Amino acid sequence: MLLRRFSDWPGYGLSSPFDEIDRIRREMDRLSAGLGRGVFSQPRAGVFPLMNITDRGDAYVVRAELPGMKADEIEISITRDTLALSGERKIAAESKNAKYHRKEREAGKFSRIVTLPGEISTETVEATCADGILTVVLTKSEKAKPKQISIKSE
Amino acid sequence: MSQEESRGLQAKEKAEVTGPTEQTRAGLVFTPEVDIFETEKDITLLADMPGVKADQLTIDLRDNILTLDGEVKSPEADNEVDIFREYRTGKYYRQFNLSELIDQSKIDAELKDGVLRLTLPKAEETKPRKIEVKAS
Repeated sequence: MLLRRFSDWPGYGLSSPFDEIDRIRREMDRLSAGLGRGVFSQPRAGVFPLMNITDRGDAYVVRAELPGMKADEIEISITRDTLALSGERKIAAESKNAKYHRKEREAGKFSRIVTLPGEISTETVEATCADGILTVVLTKSEKAKPKQISIKSE
Repeated sequence: MSQEESRGLQAKEKAEVTGPTEQTRAGLVFTPEVDIFETEKDITLLADMPGVKADQLTIDLRDNILTLDGEVKSPEADNEVDIFREYRTGKYYRQFNLSELIDQSKIDAELKDGVLRLTLPKAEETKPRKIEVKAS
């Protein structure tokens, strides 16, 4: 891999040596970001809740961390290729004479939509909330499912 | 409805532990977000620890140091391939220094939907007393 990089090195024809330094710096940034973040190569949407989406073959699995919330408090709606989540995280008020040392947990409303990489079946959606993690299993539509193509030998 | 409730939630990444405690096992360690408040009778700690099951959570209190240690198993099955990841999973770890004396026998911990509620009753002798100031 390294050799290949060197072979198409655009070392000549640059207008200034700083271009090359810039390029190396960008490449270093990219590499170091890759090291620290693993598969975090996608830009993040910056919308609550943060989601992880995986492909299970027959379905897409969407997960989000929503501690303290129950499945029926989260509104889930789907279209052919999108999933929308909305709800409100509430933190119950404590007794009036409670004096706070820390208050880091946050309450509030949220509403988010994501586009899935393929079409999903709108009939079967399975959503569960366990230990503060919401899991939504979206079955792929027949069209989007990977098909095994068997090759016949004569 | 108060101001607090109507506000929209902001997406933010979990904070990784950067404290002085060295970890001996591989894997990410996060600082759970907590609320801590006290009343005259007790100190209550609420911690968001999504993914932690009750039997994977260790709460330890000794020498006024309270330690929360929650293990999280990766929720993804082997046959799942990442499409995109916005949050990372790993264990939770956080220590607190309690200045009050706690009645160890009456500590109550409840973990529900990924939120820990820990009630630490103050020991009798530390409960605040009203001090009367006499005018001479």
